Amino acid sequence: MERKIRVLVAKPGLDGHDRGAKVIARALRDAGMEVIYTGLRQTPEMIASAALQEDVDVIGLSILSGAHNAIVPRVMELLREKDMTDVSVIVGGIVPDDDAEQLKRQGVAAVYQPGASLEDIVGFIRGLPARKLIPEN
Amino acid sequence: MQKTAVAGRSFTTLSGVSVEPFYEDDGGPPLEAPGEFPYTRGIHRTMYQGRLWTMRQFSGFATPEETNRRYHYLLEQGQTGLSVAFDLPTLMGCDADDPLSEGEVGKCGAPVSSLQDMEILLEGIPLGEVSVSMTINSPASVIWAMYLAVAEKQGVEWTRLAGTIQNDILKEYIAQKEFLYPPRPSMRLVTDSIEFATRRAPRFNPVSISGYHIREAGSTAVQELAFTLRDGIEYVDWALERGLSVDEFAPRLSFFLNAHNDFFEQIAKYRAARRLWAHLMRDRYGAHDERSLKLRFHAQTAGCSLTWQQPNNNIVRTAIQAMAAVLGGAQSLHTNSLDEAYALPSEAAVTIALRTQQVIAHESGVTAAPDPLGGSYFLERLTRDSEEAALDYIRRIDRMGGMIPAIETGFPQGEIAESSYRYQREIESGGKIVVGVNAFQSPDQEPIEILQIDHSAHERQVGKLRALRARRDGRAVIRALEALRRAAEGTANTMPYILDAVRAYATLGEICNALRDVFGSYQEPSSI
Repeated sequence: MERKIRVLVAKPGLDGHDRGAKVIARALRDAGMEVIYTGLRQTPEMIASAALQEDVDVIGLSILSGAHNAIVPRVMELLREKDMTDVSVIVGGIVPDDDAEQLKRQGVAAVYQPGASLEDIVGFIRGLPARKLIPEN
Repeated sequence: MQKTAVAGRSFTTLSGVSVEPFYEDDGGPPLEAPGEFPYTRGIHRTMYQGRLWTMRQFSGFATPEETNRRYHYLLEQGQTGLSVAFDLPTLMGCDADDPLSEGEVGKCGAPVSSLQDMEILLEGIPLGEVSVSMTINSPASVIWAMYLAVAEKQGVEWTRLAGTIQNDILKEYIAQKEFLYPPRPSMRLVTDSIEFATRRAPRFNPVSISGYHIREAGSTAVQELAFTLRDGIEYVDWALERGLSVDEFAPRLSFFLNAHNDFFEQIAKYRAARRLWAHLMRDRYGAHDERSLKLRFHAQTAGCSLTWQQPNNNIVRTAIQAMAAVLGGAQSLHTNSLDEAYALPSEAAVTIALRTQQVIAHESGVTAAPDPLGGSYFLERLTRDSEEAALDYIRRIDRMGGMIPAIETGFPQGEIAESSYRYQREIESGGKIVVGVNAFQSPDQEPIEILQIDHSAHERQVGKLRALRARRDGRAVIRALEALRRAAEGTANTMPYILDAVRAYATLGEICNALRDVFGSYQEPSSI
């Protein structure tokens, strides 16, 4: 049997608006993925170590406060330090086009802005290169 | 008469309530006149014939200085009240120089770390004349104390102050999630401010019981109505427990409701809210003062309905939503700006939003008669159905032992998550249409101008704060914070102690931390 895709859905920063994070988490779970939701107010350090501990393939960051330019680069830096560059990072939230381009240049796999469809997000994650090919027994 | 739906189509409201093919006279009870108990048709006989609603645009960004300039601009443009938006660090009780504030200072509102920032924010605003609403919850008593201290410096008696602090902590646990302390000590702080307002600032609304954020988090209209009123019951119970009598404080309880897209469902919600609250206050609490029975509310158009795609369409959505709030008898109104799916609004966008209210007020003619849609078969039925469905929820929460046990078991949070997921699936399937998003898309989109907040705002705030810490009497700050800790450990009202700390220029973060030393902090159990 193929290993299920493991996704960490995280809410970094001070913002408590978790509607989007929760909807995405449920949609990914309904699509057959293994979803871990961190809860609110996670620091980049907490997110990187949760990703390592949970052995995830994908990290989804939900940021609606405009703090993405401070938070996302720090997460990317920590993943490099921990030698976890094979983990894909996806950002969802209120991210202007210019910032989205900037984040992608820093290694973010995709940025989803308001109105993005769940189906597109699920499809994108399924299409990511497999991080682990070891089948479960 | 046979009622047959058009083949293959069934209609539901935005909240998923099924709608019949048409409505007719179903012999519902006769309606009272506007201004009469239970106020279904409005709290005043004359409604907007007597006085228009307060046009109150929520705003704050970058620094207290820039926000103060925006307030003067809005007042010059004909706005009639102020509404302060604070940034996330302030909402979470963090100073601008706290490591947790990194990247967030001035982004979602104005940063206020000390009395000094509040003095700048309100510079030149006559507090005896302009009513000021402040959206602040966990640290509400600290921010309110800063406001009261500025009034002192302006020489304005507290008894003359009109305004509102949101101070609705229950909806934070339910929906917006900006909490610091566990529910029970937080409720004690809210009750302290209700008591203090009753005794010392009787024209100030010490709590604005908010459904807005509940709806924005994805609830249905009925869930918004039910959870908001049940939160109201909780505040009343705590104030009574404190020893206040209901007619002493209930006239100053105010509400804040969402104005979403579904026009009739919204108007029905406001009418049902008034009717329910009047009955609850009279029958459950034995209130006699008419002002205790009347539900007064501020409305804001639905931020979550604004789309990133084709942003000019948001002007139209906001106008329809604002019209629903007016036809539903709102006392004050905020209209969102077209660019708010992107960022805080630009001055041009805010001006259109304010003009939208002015067009409704002065050109549309809807202000001519109170409750002009009263008597519509459809609206009356929706009003009764909303009332019954909300009462059902209220009774369920009563059986759980009240809102705090309900929150601790995750009941309202789970109901909202369920509704928001169902709504998102309806958009995915095309069952619900959002113009420009899942239908009528345009391939090319004109870029719009958006407000940029640069990092220098953060640096300037940190600079001012460091200078303040160096300048103030450090020993006086330590003494005031220690006195506050002792008060928090006991049962005294914390407000006078918070006021003393604020006057000594203790910072927001220092005061919130002193309270955290005593109350502890709160992490919600995370679940999906």
